[in-house]
Amino acid sequence: MESIRDKVAIIGMGCTRFGELWEKGTDDLIVEAAYEAYEDAGIDPNDIQAAWVGTVASGMMGECLSTPLKLRNIPVTHVENACATGHEALRNACFAVASGMYDIVLALGFEKLKDTGLGGLGVGRGLHPTLEMRRTAPGTFAFIATRYFHTYGLTPEQGKQTIAKIAVKNHHNGSLHPKAHFRREVTLEQVINAPIIAWPLGLFDCCPTTDGAAAAIVVPAAMAKRFRQDPIYIKGIGLSSAQLLPHFRPNFGWTSFTVNKEASRQAYEQAGIKDPRKEISVACVHDCFTITELVIYEDLGFSPVGRAKEDVDAGTFTLEGELPIQSDGGLKSFGHPIGASGLRMTYETYKQLQGKCDVRQIKNARLGLSHTLGGPPQVSCVTIVGNSLG
Amino acid sequence: MIGIKSYGAYIPYYRLSRSEIAKTWGGPALPGEKAVANQDEDSITMAVEAAFDCTRGIDGANIDGLFFASTTSPYKEKQCSTIIATVLDMGKEIRTADFADCLRAGTTALRAALDAVKAGSAKNILVTAADCRLAYPYSMLEQSLGDAAACFLIGDSDVAVEIEDCLSISYEITDVWRTDEDDFVREWEERWVITHGYSQNVEEAASAIMKRNGLSAKDFAKAVIYGPDPRSHAALVRRLGFEENQVQDTLFATIGNTGTPSAPLMLVAALEEAKAGDNILFASYGDGADAFILKVTEQIERIRERRGVKIHLASKALLPSYGKYLSFRKLVQLPPQALRGTGSATIMWRTKNWVLGCHASKCRKCGLITYPIQRVCYGCQAKDDYDEISLSREKGTLFTFSLDNIASGGINPPIIQSVVRFQGGTQFYCMMTDCDPKEVRVDMPVEMTLRRLHEEANFHNYFWKCRPPREGG
Repeated sequence: MESIRDKVAIIGMGCTRFGELWEKGTDDLIVEAAYEAYEDAGIDPNDIQAAWVGTVASGMMGECLSTPLKLRNIPVTHVENACATGHEALRNACFAVASGMYDIVLALGFEKLKDTGLGGLGVGRGLHPTLEMRRTAPGTFAFIATRYFHTYGLTPEQGKQTIAKIAVKNHHNGSLHPKAHFRREVTLEQVINAPIIAWPLGLFDCCPTTDGAAAAIVVPAAMAKRFRQDPIYIKGIGLSSAQLLPHFRPNFGWTSFTVNKEASRQAYEQAGIKDPRKEISVACVHDCFTITELVIYEDLGFSPVGRAKEDVDAGTFTLEGELPIQSDGGLKSFGHPIGASGLRMTYETYKQLQGKCDVRQIKNARLGLSHTLGGPPQVSCVTIVGNSLG
Repeated sequence: MIGIKSYGAYIPYYRLSRSEIAKTWGGPALPGEKAVANQDEDSITMAVEAAFDCTRGIDGANIDGLFFASTTSPYKEKQCSTIIATVLDMGKEIRTADFADCLRAGTTALRAALDAVKAGSAKNILVTAADCRLAYPYSMLEQSLGDAAACFLIGDSDVAVEIEDCLSISYEITDVWRTDEDDFVREWEERWVITHGYSQNVEEAASAIMKRNGLSAKDFAKAVIYGPDPRSHAALVRRLGFEENQVQDTLFATIGNTGTPSAPLMLVAALEEAKAGDNILFASYGDGADAFILKVTEQIERIRERRGVKIHLASKALLPSYGKYLSFRKLVQLPPQALRGTGSATIMWRTKNWVLGCHASKCRKCGLITYPIQRVCYGCQAKDDYDEISLSREKGTLFTFSLDNIASGGINPPIIQSVVRFQGGTQFYCMMTDCDPKEVRVDMPVEMTLRRLHEEANFHNYFWKCRPPREGG
């Protein structure tokens, strides 16, 4: 099996402002993300030879991309893989370029969540009339918190305090990003005392429902410097799908997800990473809920199993810490338009490795990791980028 | 000898104090409380509960038929007994029938089962009765009516109660009724209803059957006689010559008048205290009357492991307000629910083994039990090599949970999102019902209960929830 490492490069990216964009439709989001990416790459729209578009519920077919952008009869594929959808669009684009079939392709993810009249993602999932009839995203991720606290001997108060620190960190980072949904700091007390959404998770433990889009232009690594001097190279992409809804999985422990471990193992292997905590400069991981970020620290090998709390307390993952995580605020503060998120995270690692992140800039950033976790949760994608070959 | 082989009962977990109703409307309060079906219960789910109670230690596959009696069938057109029989895993080669539209339907079904067994066309038949009747809000009847279910297994061997004789009277009278367009029970003037409906008919049937058998009141250990209210009941049993210690209480103070299951429920309560050799006079009312002469046998000791009336009565919680009751019975317009509906008759038909039967697949290769049924084993990938086993009667523990304030769409939050762990590691995701959210703990014991979830696609969608075991206290 070959590795994707150093075979393809990203030469341009775009990302809309994220938020409750009442005045913008899907076409506006797509046009804004794509044209920023074109401009960043220095290409003409007609240079695009193929495209992949990711959305979970805001469009169908490749046509949902080709119509707003007026892409001229090129192949466009719609991909969907729950919260990993944005990553999935990028992943397919990268493998298509690596195959030698195309030289310049577009990957774009978008989601328009604020046209439903609902505060959240709504209630009821799956295709069966009764099996998951009242399932909600917070209700499911709260299972992780309840069981994690129980397994590792944290009282609900200790547990809530630990995950609250993650919310405080991510809100701080988001407050520094001009495109983030929330640009407001919160205090530990605010987070802990916020109304309960799905106990033990409170309002500030949950990411918002957000509109937005992000895009990337992918070319063969060998061509990258024709477009710009600081292209960002793909070092590894791992994807893993589970076999059964965790809710019904025999003996499932609810404190760790095999798909996270497997997707990161694949990506680390391709990228040649032995000690992710030391080697990765910046990571954007899937903090749909604060508890999710906590278990991701362990699943991705940043913290020892059952001991992520120690790293949270030590500030390991703050902007100034040993391994800054969510330098743009994460899903928690930047927002989570589902189909866009994997590309939005990549937008941040791309900009960090190019040294363009202003007050959020992480010194000597060389390797950036982004991670999405989709479904309830059943699919995980890890994408690693670097700013030099080799 | 033909008779009752087993009994079972179900009383909902929630009770509403009659003073709570009176507090809302003003006016007098009757003493005690009434049993109120939870928002996810109906006559089918309550009948299922009573049937499970009745068939403890009895394999559903060995029962030849199931009858369902109710005036509050969740369907005007569609059989409910088939749904209940499917939940009980009774197989296809059985007889099923619904008995409806009359408060006497429970004992009518009992007689029909008796006749079938007597005729030799069935060895045994399960008879369920359940009701969830609505009275007009503000009416005195609202304080009276309660919800419950009862069940008997009728058979021709090892009977715990011999049915020695039965007698029926059919009598046309519009005393208590609902037309096909009515939601709420209507009554004519109470004095006439009691005099010429209830008292006259039950007295006639009870007297006739005693006379026919050469028996009088003193020959009975218990008189189990339906009573719409304690006063009319007391007057009737006195006229029949029974002493106070012979009379089975109507359960009016603790459950209310439960309609079709009312007399059967009283019989269950009487049998819980009965001993071998006891004679029982049993009578019910509704457009006439049914009367039975029963004799308790030694076998009664074999079926003591039932929750019956006693344990279900003790396991309860009071509804905090009349408003909660209104929301449970949908007597007020509630905010619309934004559910992502996927109602489908074909899906429910295709998946009924695991939806209604609660079947999991047990791998013949590695033994792993997975719910819902998986064709390829989650553990060892063996294909189509499994047996179906039902989790409906299994006890489990709560592996993890969440008190979800958004899942209910604002109506009676929180939803107790639950992951139940069974022996062998099987995990079942469902909601928890009949439980105070403050009492929920990781690793607490739970059992499964069939509930009505929603009306997507314009029919009733039933599914399993978990709850703390109804074991009293």
